[in-house]
Amino acid sequence: MFYREAGHFRDNYQADMALFPIREDRIGVSLLLFAAFVAVPLLHLARIGPFSGDYLFNAILIPVLILSVAAIGLNVLVGYCGQISLGAGAFMGIGAYAAYNIAVRVPGMPLIGTFLLAGGVAAVAGVLFGIPSLRIKGLYLAVATLAAQFFFDWCFLRLGWVTNYTPSGSVSAPALVVFGWEADKPVERYLLVLTIAAAVAWGIANLVRGNIGRQWMATRDMDIAAEIIGIRPVEAKLTAFAVSSFILGLAGALWAFANLRSWEPYAFSIDRSFQLLFIVIIGGLGSIVGCFLGAAFIWLLPLVVEAVPRWLSIPISADAAANLTLAAFGVLILLTLIYEPHGLARVWSITKHKLRRWPFPY
Amino acid sequence: MAVFDPVKVAFFVEVLVSGLLSGILYALVALGFVLIFKASGVFNFAQGAMVLVAGLALVRTLNWLEAHLPFWLALLLALSFAGALMTGIAWAVERFVLRKLVNQTALALFMATIGITFVLEGLGQQIFGAQVYKLDIGLPRDNIFALESLFDGGILLNTLDLWSALLAAAIVGALAFFFQWTRTGRALRAVADDHSAAQSVGIPLTRVWFIVWVVAGLVAIAAAAVWGSKVGVQFSLVYVALKALPVIIVGGLTSVPGAILGGLLIGAGEKLAEVYLGPSLGGGIEHWFAYVVALVVLLVRPQGLFGDRIIERI
Repeated sequence: MFYREAGHFRDNYQADMALFPIREDRIGVSLLLFAAFVAVPLLHLARIGPFSGDYLFNAILIPVLILSVAAIGLNVLVGYCGQISLGAGAFMGIGAYAAYNIAVRVPGMPLIGTFLLAGGVAAVAGVLFGIPSLRIKGLYLAVATLAAQFFFDWCFLRLGWVTNYTPSGSVSAPALVVFGWEADKPVERYLLVLTIAAAVAWGIANLVRGNIGRQWMATRDMDIAAEIIGIRPVEAKLTAFAVSSFILGLAGALWAFANLRSWEPYAFSIDRSFQLLFIVIIGGLGSIVGCFLGAAFIWLLPLVVEAVPRWLSIPISADAAANLTLAAFGVLILLTLIYEPHGLARVWSITKHKLRRWPFPY
Repeated sequence: MAVFDPVKVAFFVEVLVSGLLSGILYALVALGFVLIFKASGVFNFAQGAMVLVAGLALVRTLNWLEAHLPFWLALLLALSFAGALMTGIAWAVERFVLRKLVNQTALALFMATIGITFVLEGLGQQIFGAQVYKLDIGLPRDNIFALESLFDGGILLNTLDLWSALLAAAIVGALAFFFQWTRTGRALRAVADDHSAAQSVGIPLTRVWFIVWVVAGLVAIAAAAVWGSKVGVQFSLVYVALKALPVIIVGGLTSVPGAILGGLLIGAGEKLAEVYLGPSLGGGIEHWFAYVVALVVLLVRPQGLFGDRIIERI
């Protein structure tokens, strides 16, 4: 009723290959982009409702968008190519520290160039630590990526030149200047992050439906069959590691520069890796929409769990709140795995299905 | 000029022994991993949280009961309470999580154990408190000097470490007996070998999973008692679980002796590396040394030292 696939007649290949072949999807995505790029900043300027202060941008929108970018990066590896990684946080860290070093050591480097180079450095590290995937897979590979996580944690902490010999080990990001425009207000940083997130989502959505993405998915589904139809597993896996680490590095640079502003090595510890893995699993393996939904869910969940006792005006100590948040988080993860193992992306496609059928039962 | 400077040799042996003794503790945690992996194919990330909960339950009930009862009775009661709690956790895990996740991928089961970890950490600290608790289960903890005739001044050893080594040996012996000679042990091995074949000869899978989680829980109590007497019961016990991952990779995922030997190798290796290579690399390398060893083992011999060759060719 609201949504239909029939009646769209395409008469050229370009229309057939379009990213959103259905008109309703195109309208929906345009509306969403309009709301994110134009309406939200305007509402902020007009000081309307929750958009008036900086809280919404600093505490919710910017982190969720950056985590979505990181989750897209991890999803390339785990969801599309089927290689489990527990080292996502380390690759974000590599991006962050690479960006910091480039910004400190190469004056005059434009911000976008810094971010791209940081992604490149992370990609090189990703390929290096992806080499074991040519011999092992599954949970064994997870332990190999765990090695990357702990090794780089140690590098950030102990190698002086990584932090430019800062005595405390905590470093601060330089000003964010893009083509002469300084993004220092939260809403401006939000626009910068949003632009990059949209570009990454668009790029990866196109990449995974092209040749390389199909190679990844074939490798994921059955590596021997993929090899027999002429896909080189070495190339497929290493490109997945490279692309995934590039995006994770980019997200790490954003997390450090646009979200934290000054950070310590702990920001990219194993907890971050698990958080990203949860986003990808709960959002839905092999889905770009799922990354955004999963990031929003994982980020908002602790905020809600903490807020509930406050709304019900139950006095609760900070320690108890932290413990209960942890336990509630675990329970929700278990419930998601048990009742919707395909993640929020499946919920979204069921919703679309319902919209298509409504008001008829089937 | 002596090639074997006795002082240096004594120092080397001291480092080696202290490494081996912490290796025993890694091995105790790794044992829990191996047991569950063997029987259900689940990579149990929650083992560290189980050690934490077991330790907290043990130390809190012991401290509370000590005031009212003679020490041995209090210890016995505290141990039985911790055992009952771990049995309850095993039942809940099997009933509410594993049974619902039958036929899911290994990744989903692994993520589920991370979820269990969060629940155990959150509830455990909420119920039993989140401070560092000193645990004293009556083991002697004097320093002794061994081999004084061989080296000047002998080698410094802690009796607590020797007792924990004995405890670990006893547990391994008991487990070996249990797996080899009892009816339940045979059922566990059959399930580990082939789920559907075991089911078709009438072995109840769900009960086997329950038993194996109980056994892993009891091993967690032993690990918690030993670790707790050494460093106190505290949240950092959870991170020992992460150390157990390289241990089982080195030893082989499916081998109980492998877990023990892997633990010893990793424990000794990382202490020696820290003392002899650490200064030239800036220190702190024991945090990643074990993982790099595991990485090398994975590349050279993916099944580990004693594991079954289950890795398919890629």
